[in-house]
Amino acid sequence: MAAVSTTPRQKLGWGAANIVVIALALIPVLWMVSLSFKTPAAILDPSFIPAQWTWSNYHEILSTTTFTRPLLNSIGIGLIATFISVVLASMAAYAIARLRFPGKALLVGMALLIAMFPIIALVTPLFAIERAVGLFNTWLGLIIPYVAFGLPLGIYTLSAFFREIPWELEKAAKVDGATPFQAFVRVIAPLAAPGMVTTAILVFLACWNEFLLAISLTSTTAARTAPASLAFLSGSSQFTVPTGPIAAAAVVITIPIIIFVLFFQRRIVAGLTSGAVKG
Amino acid sequence: MTTNTQTVTTGAPAEAPARRRPQLSEGARAERRLGWLLCAPAVIVMLAVCAYPVIYAVWLSLQRYNLELPNAVKFVGLANYGAVLSSPYWWQALWVTVLITIFSVSITLVLGMILALVMYRTLFGRGTVRTAALVPYGIVTVAAAYGWLYAWTPGQGYLSSIFNDSAPLTSQYKAIAVIILAEIWKTTPFMGLLLLAGLSLVPEDLQKAAKVDGATGWQRFWRITVPLMKPAILVALLFRTLDSFRIFDSIFILTQGNNGTESVSILGWDNLFNALNLGIGSAIAILIFICVVIIAAVFIKGFGTAAPGTDIERR
Repeated sequence: MAAVSTTPRQKLGWGAANIVVIALALIPVLWMVSLSFKTPAAILDPSFIPAQWTWSNYHEILSTTTFTRPLLNSIGIGLIATFISVVLASMAAYAIARLRFPGKALLVGMALLIAMFPIIALVTPLFAIERAVGLFNTWLGLIIPYVAFGLPLGIYTLSAFFREIPWELEKAAKVDGATPFQAFVRVIAPLAAPGMVTTAILVFLACWNEFLLAISLTSTTAARTAPASLAFLSGSSQFTVPTGPIAAAAVVITIPIIIFVLFFQRRIVAGLTSGAVKG
Repeated sequence: MTTNTQTVTTGAPAEAPARRRPQLSEGARAERRLGWLLCAPAVIVMLAVCAYPVIYAVWLSLQRYNLELPNAVKFVGLANYGAVLSSPYWWQALWVTVLITIFSVSITLVLGMILALVMYRTLFGRGTVRTAALVPYGIVTVAAAYGWLYAWTPGQGYLSSIFNDSAPLTSQYKAIAVIILAEIWKTTPFMGLLLLAGLSLVPEDLQKAAKVDGATGWQRFWRITVPLMKPAILVALLFRTLDSFRIFDSIFILTQGNNGTESVSILGWDNLFNALNLGIGSAIAILIFICVVIIAAVFIKGFGTAAPGTDIERR
């Protein structure tokens, strides 16, 4: 990639730039980790590194259902919504990338419109509708909108991936007597698996991060997700500011992301850029 | 990536004549049916969650509808819009939102470009930089916002203590600056990665040729890199602008919209969940929707951004 020759001095410059980037990216995260290990007394000490380390904040949040139940909700709702989005988006993206049918432009336009949609515009009607049909404060009540907002992301990312899959293989399968549906399941789907994994990661990250719908469409820990629960954590007594526990909870919901990023960074980068650059 | 698109487009004309016959062959009809069948579930979900509720929101916005006064529901036409548009709170919130959007997007663009260049040029440790940069992108916005909130709380935050125990979140413009800072930190990696992908489409030969011709690094950047990256930059800007305009999470945590820091989304949420006024809240929601459409239209028509996905339609 970087074929333009560089002098040692330039190398040093870019190296320094690297360190600055890494520091800027990680310091706010390390600050949260530090806060989560501070004792209640030390919270009021602004130093970056805790004078005394304690696990008590983690113990506190992980021993009550106020946080553990939302954590479970987040994982469950996120996984189910991701699975459904990726399945539906794969079908649509396959059709967009491979088939000729009228209405394709309309579908692409609709997905684009939804990707740009201000979620706040949906909060009231969804709140009213879900209360009327009994979906308010249930897993399904969050899964359905999460699937809808995962779909545009999924359709764009996947149709970009699907266009890279060689046509000939599908044709060969059809020549061998496979129906278009068989060609999809037997030939294209295995080739598309990497793109689908990438899409699943991006959709899951979006669900995991979602806050506005999560606080608006839930009222108890029955369906409240982890990010929403942060706003409802209280200290060990009513008068303690729950800084330590909130920091610990923030770290707990950040850990899966860090692991995701470490394992799947290539896929995440490929997914983020595949849809956008070709536009 | 470019080569692939070319092979696909050169492949298409060969098949086209067969398909332009007026009578659809059995295969073409089956293909059409399968296309609709495969898209149907996605379309149904998107319509159910977005189209129907938006129409319902429009309907709600035309009524006097307060959950505390359920018996006083009444059709009032455009009165809610009149009330919102003549309210200083709406214009204040719109001003704050526009301010946050303009500053965060423009600074993110510059920093994102620098980040992209750093990631592109680095010969060693590229993976480390990219991994580190992905952390802010992936982190839950609310979790990050709590980090910033505590960092700027006097007496307990490292940033506050560095700046002489200042309490920026208690005054309007300083609080907005903190919100913008949080937004920039969170979104620069996304911008950087999109721009990096655009950067790798700039042919290296062109850079070399310009270098041979005596162009400085600065000249090469402005005359070659930027013009060739224009489509990638505009798409990234469109996404970021719309995202920033919808800002909610970090303001909700950092200030709850106090001290004149309400964005339009926060204002809408307040009217819905604190004032329980579905009529006014829906009117605000619809106005935000209109703003978003205007922003998208300006980008797509004004700057000539190809709407993402139009290349799909062309095929």
